[in-house]
Amino acid sequence: MNRHLLSIDDLSRDEATHVLDTAAELAHLLDDTDRAVRKLPTLRGRTVVNLFFEDSTRTRISFEAAAKRLSADVINFSAKGSSVSKGESLKDTALTLEAMGADAVVVRHPASGAPHRLAYSGWTRSSVVNAGDGTHEHPTQALLDAFTMRRHLGPPDRPGALDGRRVAIVGDILHSRVARSNVLLLDKLGAAVTLVAPPTLLPVGVGSWPCQTSYDLDAVLPACDVVMMLRVQRERMNAAYFPSAREYSRRYGLDAPRLGMLAEHALVMHPGPMNRGLEISAVAADSPRSTIVEQVANGVSVRMAVLYLLLGGAQ
Amino acid sequence: MSTTLVRGARLLGDRQGDLLIRDGLIVEVGPGLSEVGAEVIDATGLVALPGLVDLHTHLREPGREDAETVASGTAAAALGGFTAVHAMANTDPVADTAGVVEQVWRLGQAAGHCQVRPVGAVTVGLAGERLAELGAMASSAAGVRVFSDDGHCVSDAVLMRRALEYVKAFGGVIAQHAQEPRLTEGAQMNEGELSGVLGLRGWPAVAEEAIIARDVLLAAHVGSRLHICHVSTAGSVEIIRWAKSKGWDVTAEVSPHHLLLTDELAASYDPVFKVNPPLRGKADVAALREALADGTIDAVATDHAPHPVEDKDCEWDAAAFGMLGLQTALSVVQEAMVETGLLDWAGVADRMSTRPARIGALAGQGEGLVPGAAANLVLVDPSVRARVDPDTMASLSRNTPYAGMVLPGRVVTTLLHGRATVRDGVLQ
Ligand SMILES: [Zn+2]
Repeated sequence: MNRHLLSIDDLSRDEATHVLDTAAELAHLLDDTDRAVRKLPTLRGRTVVNLFFEDSTRTRISFEAAAKRLSADVINFSAKGSSVSKGESLKDTALTLEAMGADAVVVRHPASGAPHRLAYSGWTRSSVVNAGDGTHEHPTQALLDAFTMRRHLGPPDRPGALDGRRVAIVGDILHSRVARSNVLLLDKLGAAVTLVAPPTLLPVGVGSWPCQTSYDLDAVLPACDVVMMLRVQRERMNAAYFPSAREYSRRYGLDAPRLGMLAEHALVMHPGPMNRGLEISAVAADSPRSTIVEQVANGVSVRMAVLYLLLGGAQ
Repeated sequence: MSTTLVRGARLLGDRQGDLLIRDGLIVEVGPGLSEVGAEVIDATGLVALPGLVDLHTHLREPGREDAETVASGTAAAALGGFTAVHAMANTDPVADTAGVVEQVWRLGQAAGHCQVRPVGAVTVGLAGERLAELGAMASSAAGVRVFSDDGHCVSDAVLMRRALEYVKAFGGVIAQHAQEPRLTEGAQMNEGELSGVLGLRGWPAVAEEAIIARDVLLAAHVGSRLHICHVSTAGSVEIIRWAKSKGWDVTAEVSPHHLLLTDELAASYDPVFKVNPPLRGKADVAALREALADGTIDAVATDHAPHPVEDKDCEWDAAAFGMLGLQTALSVVQEAMVETGLLDWAGVADRMSTRPARIGALAGQGEGLVPGAAANLVLVDPSVRARVDPDTMASLSRNTPYAGMVLPGRVVTTLLHGRATVRDGVLQ
C-alpha cells in the first residue's frame, strides 16, 4: 500500500478490498477481546497526530478512538484560527510535527490538496491520512460507507462484493468531498453510482466521472440498493444554487413518500451531520433501513485498518 | 564617441551580417563591416534580435521590495534580453498618480538595466470606482501611455467606456485584465474536468471571453484603441480575430506560460503553477500558439509576477497568483513557437519587440536592426539547451514554473542604446 492515503486513487481495487477485510477482522478481534481492555497492541510506541484545521469533532474522535484501540499515542492538534487563513502555518505545523516524531498525521483542512502538500513538500516524513480536504476527497468516509454497504448487501456466497449494486448519491455533489471519494471507490468495487442533484450542484466535467448523473430523484430511487443523502448547506441558496430550502427539499429531499419508493432491502445512508427536514426527513433518518448510526461505529474499524496498514503493516 | 561592431550575427535569424553601432544608434548594417577603434563583439552563430519589449511586468516596487525591486526586476529583464519593460500599476502605493509613476520611472533610470515605462492605473487605487488622473500620468516625466488596473478587471462598463474614450486625447491605450469578477469569485484554476476532480474552484473561460467581447464592442463603439492582457483561451482568440476582421483597433498579448503549460500541472497542488488567468487546456494552448503565429495575438508579454517563498510555500488556496517570466520568456517562445516551426526569428522579433513597442507607443524601442534605429538589441545562442535553475535567477523571488525543465536558447548579450547590459550571459 502507498505510504499515504490522500485519495481513493491511492488504492487499487485489491488494496481497497484489503482495507475493508482488515477492518472486518479488527472489528471481530475487538469484539472477542476483553471488553474492559478493548485494545490491540499493534501500534504501541507509535505516534498518530490528529491535525485538524477545520472543526469536525466526529471525525477527530473517530480517528482518535481508532488510534487508541491500536495502542498508539495520540496527539490532537487543533489549528483552526486566524493564523491559518494566511496558509503558512501548514508548513510550520508540519515542521513542528516532524520534530515531534509523528509516525502518521491525520489531517483535515478546508483547502483542497492540503494533505497532498503535507505529504509531498518534504516538510515531514510522516504518513499522511486525508481526513477531508476542502471539496476534494474524504477517503476514509468512502471506505466506511463501502464497509457498511458490504455488511448489508454482500451476497452470501461472496460476502463483501458490491459488484452490480446500484448506489444513488444525492445532493450537493459540487462541494462534496464525500461524493468524490465514494464515486471513485464504489466504481473500483464494481458498484454502479448515480449522482442525483440539481444541475447547479453538479461539477463541470462530471460527465467524465465513472458514474451516471440524474436530475430526477424519483426516477432513480426504485432501482437503488443504497441511497446516500448528502448534507446541503442552507447558505447555498444565497449563491443561487437553488431557490429555497423548501424547493430543494421537495425536489431532492428523502421524505416519507420517497422512502416508500425504495426496494425492500435498500439502505439509507448519510455521512452526517444531517439537516433533518432539508435533505432527509426524520422518518427516513430514523427508519430501520437507515445505517446512519452504524456508519459511526464502522468508521472506527475502517480507520483502525487504515492506520494499521499504513503504519503497522509496513513493519 | 563609443563605437561597437557586432560581427557575424544572423540578423533576425536569417542572413549573416555585421552591425555598426555609434553613440547608441545603429549606423550601418551589412556584411564585412569594419571600423578602426571599434569594440568588436564576435556574434558568430548568434541570432541578433531587436531588444525585447515587455508590455506586462510586475516590478513590485514600491511596496513589496521583499518580492522584487525595480533594480532586481530589470536585471532579470536584461538577462532575458529585454531592453524595455512596462511596470504594472498594482504596487503599494498604487501607480495612480504622476508622483508614483515618476518614482518608478526614476528608479528604472537609476538601475540602468533597461528602460522602465510605468503603466498607470485606470482607476484610483485599482478600486474600479473612479478614473485616476490619467492625463497627469501621461504628461509626467514617465510619459505613461499604457493604463491598466491589472490584477483587477475594469468590470464597470461605463467606467471602461469612459477610460477608452479619455485616453484618446494623448494616444493612450487601456490594457484590460479580462476577468468577470462575479464568475470568478474564489476561483483557483481553470474550470474544467480537472477542477471538478481536484476540488479547486473553477475559473471559467467565459469569464475572460465575456469581458473581451464586451470591450471590443465598446472600443469599436467609441473608436478607441484597446489592448487585451494575457489572453488565455481559444474562445478569446476567436473573439479577437473577429474584432480584428472588422478593422477595430484591438491588440492582444499572450504570456509565455500560456504557450507552454497546461492546467494538468495543478494536479500537483503545487502553487508555483497557480496564476491568473489560470493555465488552460491543451486546445487553448494550441489556439494561442496559432493566434500568435498568424498575428491575431500581437505580442508576447511576460506577466512576470514575483512572490516571496512564503506566498507559494503553502496550500493552493492560500497561495498568491503569478509566476516569474522575464528570464525564461525568450526560451519558452523558442520552445513553443520556433522549434515547432510556427514562427521564425523575424516573427519573434515582431511579436516580442516591434509590436509591443508600437502598442506601448514607446519611442526608441522595437525599431529593428536598421540604420538609424536605436541600438537596442539582443544576441541569442539558439543552439544551447539548459536546465532552468531558479537559484541562478536575478529576481529576488524563485517562483518559476519551469524549474528543472530543459529549455532552448541562451541570451548572450543585451545592448541598451549601444551599451552592454549583459555580456556573455553576465549582468554588467
Ligand atoms: Zn493580469
